[in-house]
Amino acid sequence: MQTPASFEYERATSLDGAIAALNERGADARVIAGGHSLLPMMKLRLASPGHLVDINDLAELAYIREEGDEVRIGALTRHVDLLRSDLLAERFPVFRDAENVIADPVVRNRGTLGGSLCQADAAEDLSAVCSALKAKVVIRGSGGERVVGMDEFHIGPYMTAVGSGEILTEVRIGVRPGAGSAHEKVERRAGDWAIAAASAAVWIEGNAIADAGVALAAVGLTTIHLDRAEELLRGKPPSDEVFDQVATIASEDCTPMPDGRGPVDYKRHLAGVLAQRALQRATSRALHQEA
Amino acid sequence: MNVTMTVNGQEVTRDVEPRMLLVHFLRDTLDLTGTHWGCDTSNCGACVVHLDGKAVKSCTVLAVMCDGHRVDTVESLEKDGELDPIQQGFHEQHALQCGFCTPGMIMTARALLNENPNPTDAEIRVAISGGICRCTGYKNIVSAVRWAAEHERAGQEA
Repeated sequence: MQTPASFEYERATSLDGAIAALNERGADARVIAGGHSLLPMMKLRLASPGHLVDINDLAELAYIREEGDEVRIGALTRHVDLLRSDLLAERFPVFRDAENVIADPVVRNRGTLGGSLCQADAAEDLSAVCSALKAKVVIRGSGGERVVGMDEFHIGPYMTAVGSGEILTEVRIGVRPGAGSAHEKVERRAGDWAIAAASAAVWIEGNAIADAGVALAAVGLTTIHLDRAEELLRGKPPSDEVFDQVATIASEDCTPMPDGRGPVDYKRHLAGVLAQRALQRATSRALHQEA
Repeated sequence: MNVTMTVNGQEVTRDVEPRMLLVHFLRDTLDLTGTHWGCDTSNCGACVVHLDGKAVKSCTVLAVMCDGHRVDTVESLEKDGELDPIQQGFHEQHALQCGFCTPGMIMTARALLNENPNPTDAEIRVAISGGICRCTGYKNIVSAVRWAAEHERAGQEA
């Protein structure tokens, strides 16, 4: 029987109250939302917080809305709501692609966006999604809010910029013209973690790619943002030739480990194929060639 | 700590350790053993119950997180000696052999039909994809859910 070690439990009734509770307990306290990453970690003693602050009652942290030139998503938004959001499907279809293959529908009823990002598991899909979209996250502590880009958010395996006494409250994604995005994942069976996954976003102006983001999951110690691919794509018209080059970059710039999901050469090959497919589909969507 | 929740329509209050998982609270504290305790890792789906009407895996929810909320288990389905259409469908379509996955499959299917009374086979398969069955190959489970959907709709139209 797997049961977490003993801890104290507290239900937060306000965001400020949750932050105060975290500050009082310091590094021994953790936020619990959906619990579908933290509780398994606690059962395995990979995490043993002495104090849990439950934020499930903070309904003000669950929303998806467009504000000015951004889409803002509350950290407590559940996977099922990301999957069903028509606003996200229209603006950033990469979310629906990913949510269709994250865990299973019952798990998606509980797990949250903020929890997925804060878990910072390299195999987790939404980190790649947010990285490709160049999202920013809002981190709040007793001293106020700070806004951090995805490139600074993940600082290592299972480590993020969210410090002791702080909570991730919101994800912000800029709305720019000519956007297209897509997620590709290969898994051993329905609902499993990825063998490899790739998220791609492009912003097309005229005939050329004005900006792009490509990120990989499950093929390194952290989510991998392909900076070289982004540099290559920027300013170029979309073409099979340039997408082939991105596939090569993806294969070269990932750092997979051999395990039960496959050997290194297979994972490198897969990362390249998936990056290419995600990019092609993102481009088709940007050009409205795909329904 | 004391928790109070509504389980199958009845308010219950118990003193529990914060680390107690909902599945053990239901089975060991309330003696509601219809909910099965399976993989412990949110993979198998045997422990699915409804939390405020939504299907959840009770091995990955703390009992204290349900304080003030509503939990419904497979025991809530039979009403006055009448099986729920999904239970009846599992019977009619031979959707179980060993029965271990059955409570979770039934509660998952119940949540599906509550939201979508007329699902396609593909939608049924996606809905139950978080449950593992070693006996049926899933085909009869899909048939059972379809049977339940058809009979429920027929009952409502009648």
